[in-house]
Amino acid sequence: MLTVKSIHTYYGNIHALKGVSLHVGNGELVTLIGANGAGKSTLVNTICGLIQPRKGVIEFQGKPIQSLPPESIVPKGIALVPEGRQIFATLTVEANLQMGGYIHRHKREQIQEDLHRMLERFPILNERRQQLAGTLSGGEQQMLAISRALMSRPQLLVLDEPSMGLAPLITKEIFKIIQELREEGRTILLIEQNARAALNIADRGYVLETGKVVLQGEGTMLLQHQEVQRAYLGKGAKQIVDA
Amino acid sequence: MLATDLLQYTVSGLTLGVIFALVAIGFNIIYNVTEIINFAQGEFVVVGGLLAVFFVGLGFPIPMAFGASVLVTAALGFGMERFVIRRARNASILSLIIITIAMSMIFKGSAMSLWGKDPYVLPPFSEGGPIMVAGAAIQPQALWVLAVSALVVIALSIFFHRSVYGKAMLACADNANAARMVGIPVRQMVLLSFVLSASVGAAAGVIITPISLMQYDRGAMLGLKGFAAAALGGLGNFYGALAAGAILGLAESFTAGYISSGYKDAVSLVLLLFALFFKPEGLFGSSEAAKLKKF
Repeated sequence: MLTVKSIHTYYGNIHALKGVSLHVGNGELVTLIGANGAGKSTLVNTICGLIQPRKGVIEFQGKPIQSLPPESIVPKGIALVPEGRQIFATLTVEANLQMGGYIHRHKREQIQEDLHRMLERFPILNERRQQLAGTLSGGEQQMLAISRALMSRPQLLVLDEPSMGLAPLITKEIFKIIQELREEGRTILLIEQNARAALNIADRGYVLETGKVVLQGEGTMLLQHQEVQRAYLGKGAKQIVDA
Repeated sequence: MLATDLLQYTVSGLTLGVIFALVAIGFNIIYNVTEIINFAQGEFVVVGGLLAVFFVGLGFPIPMAFGASVLVTAALGFGMERFVIRRARNASILSLIIITIAMSMIFKGSAMSLWGKDPYVLPPFSEGGPIMVAGAAIQPQALWVLAVSALVVIALSIFFHRSVYGKAMLACADNANAARMVGIPVRQMVLLSFVLSASVGAAAGVIITPISLMQYDRGAMLGLKGFAAAALGGLGNFYGALAAGAILGLAESFTAGYISSGYKDAVSLVLLLFALFFKPEGLFGSSEAAKLKKF
């Protein structure tokens, strides 16, 4: 569905992505893990069109999208749940959801139907539908950000650090939601720092380090991988001493 | 006698006040979407008034002249965004604001070469002499000003709170990046904001011209007082602009009536200074939100 072929992205003179390639197949949950500054968010922004790569190709359903702006990429079927949620704080919960369906604005019935489905799925949002979104708690805002993204009926859902800044219990709930979405047959690209939680639910994973993919494989396989355990799961410090 | 004067000054103050409020609302529409303070806003009012005079001169009835003037001014707003602001979109907000000052000079200069330096008047929207209420003479045009302004404000609040495009504009103002990520074309919303605020400015110009005449160089003062109303009401806040406009209009009218008309312009500016010194977020703005803003 999504194929990223050796893209190079720069921030000014900083070479942030050095030939990253990855692939997300239909119905897959693929995760991308890496430490701070590894280039995860740069990759997300490049896929979604906020930054343009200097080299390389991004194909979505067989068509190149790397030179399109975000407002043209969303209608093609990619929706982003941005890092830090980025909800419209001064708009009501309901208006946030309606804006999520902006590209379908001429299909009123579809928007109403999707709106009801989201509010049914997240009863807490239904309770707060007329409240300003900025007054929601972090977890509620994340649910709102996810449902806002779903309002565009995307073929690929990209989640950028959905657990950032949330309490462990809420994080657990968010991951449960992601798993449910996957079970519904959605295609998901999950970017996370929380490597264990992400790899646990993912089909496949990529490990990004300083702008390059250093490891890739099945989720469970990566979980067992010594390098991953050492670098991201905090295990095996002793082995390093031994070596 | 006292009560009569009071009523008279109140009506003229409110008439003036809603004009300031409409100019302020014009500032707010653009500011909300772009953070730009458009100093050509006063010129939209002037151009609107003068164009209406031009169309009436062509033999248009008032409602058609009104519509035509608003349309042409809206086209000017369109051109200003599309061919000037958009080309400089990578410049800082401050540079963009300075560009709007340049645009105001261009509009003013063009108005002078097209219409000359004389003031122009429009016939009032309806026939008939002043209406006498408790000894005070109320011009029918003052009622037209209040009614049209009320309609504009109602139409704008419906647009912003009910329509998809209105909400999309608010979404851009709230978080432009997030708006792009749900597929809202931010540039088009910015364009729309210029068109909308030029239209509101033109409407203000048309309705006020029968009362206070229109002249090529009135834009600066109108813009300044409109800005005072916008700042006093809290930049970006529509209802604040309305209330602050009324406060300024009344203050001016009472000063002119009870003290001296020489001081009437000073009052708005002194109130603006007080607002900027003591309550820069405006009477109705939130101080927390103001801290996050650049201007």
